[in-house]
Amino acid sequence: MDLSSINPVLLVASIMISATPILLAAIGEMVVEKSGVLNLGVEGMMITGAVVGFAVAVNTTSPGLGFVAAAVAGAVLSLTFGLLTQFMLSNQVATGLGLTLAGLGLSSLIGKPYEGIKSPTLPKFEIPLLSDLPILGKMLFSHDVMVYFSLLLVAAVWAFLKYTRAGLILRAVGESHDSAHALGYKVVYIRLFAILFGGACAGLGGAYLSLVRVPQWTEGMTAGAGWIALAIVVFASWRAGRVLIGAYLFGGVTVLQLNLQAAGANVPVALLSASPYLITILVLVVISARGAHGAPASLGRSFHASN
Amino acid sequence: MLRRTLLTTAALAMTLGGAAFAESHGEEITAGFIYIGPPGDGGWTYEHDQARQKMEAHFEGKVKTVYQENVPESADAERAITQMALSGANIIFTTSFGYMDPTLAVAEKFPDVKFEHATGYKRADNVSTYSARFYEGRAVQGHIAGKMTKTNKIGYIASVPIPEVIRGINSAYIHAKKVNPDVEFSIIWLYTWFDPAKEADAARALIENGADVVLQHTDSTAPQAAAKEAGNVITFGQASDMSDYAPMPRVSSIIDNWAPYYIERVQAVIDGTWESTDTWDGISTGMVEIGEISDAVPADVKAEALALKDAIAAGEYHPFTGPLNKQDGSPWLAEGEVADDGTLAGMNFYVEGITAEVPN
Repeated sequence: MDLSSINPVLLVASIMISATPILLAAIGEMVVEKSGVLNLGVEGMMITGAVVGFAVAVNTTSPGLGFVAAAVAGAVLSLTFGLLTQFMLSNQVATGLGLTLAGLGLSSLIGKPYEGIKSPTLPKFEIPLLSDLPILGKMLFSHDVMVYFSLLLVAAVWAFLKYTRAGLILRAVGESHDSAHALGYKVVYIRLFAILFGGACAGLGGAYLSLVRVPQWTEGMTAGAGWIALAIVVFASWRAGRVLIGAYLFGGVTVLQLNLQAAGANVPVALLSASPYLITILVLVVISARGAHGAPASLGRSFHASN
Repeated sequence: MLRRTLLTTAALAMTLGGAAFAESHGEEITAGFIYIGPPGDGGWTYEHDQARQKMEAHFEGKVKTVYQENVPESADAERAITQMALSGANIIFTTSFGYMDPTLAVAEKFPDVKFEHATGYKRADNVSTYSARFYEGRAVQGHIAGKMTKTNKIGYIASVPIPEVIRGINSAYIHAKKVNPDVEFSIIWLYTWFDPAKEADAARALIENGADVVLQHTDSTAPQAAAKEAGNVITFGQASDMSDYAPMPRVSSIIDNWAPYYIERVQAVIDGTWESTDTWDGISTGMVEIGEISDAVPADVKAEALALKDAIAAGEYHPFTGPLNKQDGSPWLAEGEVADDGTLAGMNFYVEGITAEVPN
């Protein structure tokens, strides 16, 4: 075993790249759930974002436009979920699963002509001054712009929910839609906006996979990342900061186990492969044992003004 | 995944319904295929699907083919195969190692349907097995890899610890070591055949740990993309040519060519001569092809690699020829001795020199 061949600087940099797609999807889903809606369609929205972002980036040779298109595509797909669940009061769990199915099918249809094509990818964006720092510069400040964007997004969501009036209203809708309604807030529209935001974030996460992390289009390439994002929201007990920790932990363990193997560490590989899941379960148990789940009280419940 | 399977099953049932209708009018037979990944993976499933299409074209409408993609190697596989058999398929090709037991279980229930299991070792009266001697191609890759590496570190992305994959690692290692005694192998097990994101991460981890050659036994082209990004790293196409990445980082490839086999087996069903057989062909019959060695490889190395390929094809050279020891130092093959197929088929050990351990 030669652990010295693992370069911690490159390791941290890899972890950040590996964690970004699930971080984007998870922070979006957290906002959706904070508003009291459970959208299980993250995987479907991610893969749609991946294929649309890829297609647009290839055709326009602009990865930036690809990301924009991916966000729009994710939002449009989530809009169908929003209309069904908010206006037609369909069951959120079933509709969300349907959304995943639709997204997977739709993406393989759209993606057929794009198989095996290379896409333009995002250049590394070196933050002036900071990227010149020894070690830390290469570790933290020499990434593509979406890595920074995802971090800023987490901070923005945290600040929005904690300090703004709109954030307070959103949380109120998620905790008790009847009370929020009684106070005169448009529960359905607020939820619809949250759903759109979640869809856009999932789309961005998917596009990050197909444009930066892999980077190419292959059918089924999200390979369960959307479900991991959903798990991270629960793991994080619906807090923005913990979503960040959860995503980096998950991405970190995945990348770390690959690096340990590459360095020839003599550890059971199957256990290493399973370790992200084991850690997730462990954290869930700890959180449950403390009794503080933090789930919005109206999560998953349909709202109609007549109730 | 389960729901996706249900959806494809529903679509399949409809297609097969149409097939059954057509069958009542003529002598059309139906050949079914169970795929582990999507035909668009650019690798393993892609080649099976290409072969399916060639076979269908060869029979000009006399054979109808149906396929189901992304079938997990779990209880879902048994359901999917059963569904295909129930819907009137005459011959079913199950194209991944993990379908072995499900295939046998379904075959028992449908004695009139012929089954063909790729890369397995269990047979029955109506179950044939077929596989390609990929290790022959890996010998050629190993030779090029050993010659080309400058860091003397070769990375290997391995999928699932089964004999086929272990054989490939050994074959590549033996031939890399032969031309470069300083070579070291770093092996990463992914426990999946197809997960582009994980494959890309694995390739990056290997490259960051110093590997400048990355071999893979997984199905997507994500490692090629990661190698391209890294610059001075070479890779090989796996299962499919992956020529989109030529001449760098993909410098050659192993291509699976299943079409002749599929045509032969379906013809046997039509003729009524189908029998349970065990087929294991390699470079000599063209079941394993070596994709063009690109200009990134120096001319002399290319010539040596081609000579090695020709020697294997002609039967003059066997990639597992002694003297070879097992990893623990115990003797395996004496000078000039050639490994028998039984040992190769069940190979569960590394050869001497590989420092990692086979996961169990």
